[in-house]
Amino acid sequence: MSLWEYANPQKFMQTSQAVLPAIWGLTALSMVVGLVWGFFLTPEAENFGSTVKIIYLHVPAAMMAINAWVMMLVASLIWLIRRHHVSALAARAAAPVGLTMTLIALATGAIWGQPMWGTYWAWDPRLTSFLILFLFYLGYIALWEAIENPDAAADLTSVLCIVGSVFAVLSRYAVNFWNQGLHQGATLSLDKQENIANVFWLPLLVCLGAFILLFVALVLERTRTEIRVRRIKALIARERMA
Amino acid sequence: MIALFLRDLALAIRAGGGFGLGLAFFLIVVVLVPFGVGPERGILAAIAPGILWVGALLACLLSLDRIFALDFEDGSLDLLATAPIPLEGVVAMKAAAHWVTTGLPLTLAAPVLGLLLHLEPAAYGWLVLSLALGTPALSMIGTFGAALTVGLRRGGLLLSLLVLPLYVPTLIFGAEAVARGAAGQANATPLLMLAGITLATLALLPFAAAAAIRINLR
Amino acid sequence: MDLTVQDLACARGGLPVLEGVSFTLRPGRALMLRGPNGIGKTTLLRTLAGLQPALSGTISAPPEAMAYAAHADGLKPTLSVEENLRFWARVFGQRDIARALDEFNLTELAHRPAQNLSAGQKRRLGLARLLVTGRPIWVLDEPTVSLDAASVALFGAAVAQHLRMGGSALIATHIHLGFEAVELDLTPFRARPRAMDRFDEAFA
Repeated sequence: MSLWEYANPQKFMQTSQAVLPAIWGLTALSMVVGLVWGFFLTPEAENFGSTVKIIYLHVPAAMMAINAWVMMLVASLIWLIRRHHVSALAARAAAPVGLTMTLIALATGAIWGQPMWGTYWAWDPRLTSFLILFLFYLGYIALWEAIENPDAAADLTSVLCIVGSVFAVLSRYAVNFWNQGLHQGATLSLDKQENIANVFWLPLLVCLGAFILLFVALVLERTRTEIRVRRIKALIARERMA
Repeated sequence: MIALFLRDLALAIRAGGGFGLGLAFFLIVVVLVPFGVGPERGILAAIAPGILWVGALLACLLSLDRIFALDFEDGSLDLLATAPIPLEGVVAMKAAAHWVTTGLPLTLAAPVLGLLLHLEPAAYGWLVLSLALGTPALSMIGTFGAALTVGLRRGGLLLSLLVLPLYVPTLIFGAEAVARGAAGQANATPLLMLAGITLATLALLPFAAAAAIRINLR
Repeated sequence: MDLTVQDLACARGGLPVLEGVSFTLRPGRALMLRGPNGIGKTTLLRTLAGLQPALSGTISAPPEAMAYAAHADGLKPTLSVEENLRFWARVFGQRDIARALDEFNLTELAHRPAQNLSAGQKRRLGLARLLVTGRPIWVLDEPTVSLDAASVALFGAAVAQHLRMGGSALIATHIHLGFEAVELDLTPFRARPRAMDRFDEAFA
């Protein structure tokens, strides 16, 4: 039995229906455990105060914002190479989720930035990169919405996703270069993993897992909706033909 | 393919506004900026490289939706797609014609507009060089965006939304090269990056754009 | 060059519209496609011309043997008749446009901008374009739209001349063009909806 059998819409609908309740349950469990642990059961860091606890939302959201784009890239490549409709629809379904994750990362970053740096927004390379990623998501979603023919829309958005990925990576390096050019080195490092104690790290891991599960659940759910929409459109078209 | 290039140039000249419109827009953007930020020489000189690059970029954007739209409407694109020349070549020639009618005049006019913004004397050469290196990438990326949106109603607005994020690296390296040149710092890195982006887009994007046109004509 | 189409199926907007289309077109002959609106005449012609992929089936002649023309002529209004024609000749690797101008009675108009031509003159220029492609099989989609009776007659004569010189033509049209041609009604080839019992890869 080949992995590609799950790319058949019918098979996908059956399988996703079977596994979704379990995924939703795990998502809820790990989210509650991770956030409660992170928010209430960790000590306050001496130089950050209680504001540090926003990392339990901020870091997983930021990670999924990037991973969602990578997943869309993979799904787009699968669609272009193997022409599985489910793959194209999964890419389409993931885009708004990724957009929301980017928005959460930016918003929590701004809320955190105010007490930490005294400003909601700084043109830090990392922040700027996420803003650019946000624009990429907007363009991708807008292109899907604008094209009526579903196959053409899937093809064109896939091409955009591939070209966009290259430019997104390029932008990341350009932004790094640009900011170093203006300020001599970054004064505020956002790199947490290096200097984080285990007591903060373990609940963060649980939250990361919870966000991954949340992403999978949302994308599966949205893909199911997209498949149903396509099915309805196909039925209407057949009705008109007959 | 040369014939296509020459035809597009002839069309741009005869339709009027092919050369002029983008330049006039560039001029207006640059003239408006001092009204917005005030006439102080120091402020204007500091932001001049960025304003000139952003202005050139927006002027470039203005004419993008016409690259394929007219050819799509009058059936030329169908005929070009069935012609013996490769569609990748058609795309590259379209981008070249767009550059000659917008990027090249913008590059040549930029020093004059730099005068209005009190650009540092040391930066004029870098300004022209960076625009000459970077505007071909703007035309090529824009042609790719135009290929994605050809045949769409309200394609113009969508085109801007798709293309502007792709312009970010070019803009950063272009403006940075001028700003560093103005400050007397070494700017070989941004100039090399700019040239690299231009060469890479010229080499790769015609294939993506031609694929997009084939999908849109289907 | 023979054009043999076997068991061709083609789709519009992702939905199959025609299937099992088979015919043979020999040099010197013309084939008229008939059928109600929306049956897929344009889709079939665009598939043959290589503008969209076929779902299944074979086409013996490559797209490079066909000159495709829809009712849009691909003319630039600000260029003159001669410039328009010379451009397409160069794109198709040809040099001689004098014969095309002459044959379609355009020599006197050669320096007039295309925007000052009448509808019939534009159509003649569009047809002259077919001649400078140097391709044997003309694939024409509703070529007589917006033409008056005299222009239709001129057009018919031009196609007849092309056939006499060993070319062939595949034309989707509703009217008679004044020369002998085989007719092919596409109605029997309308794609039948497939079985509905399950989701398949195409959702239909």
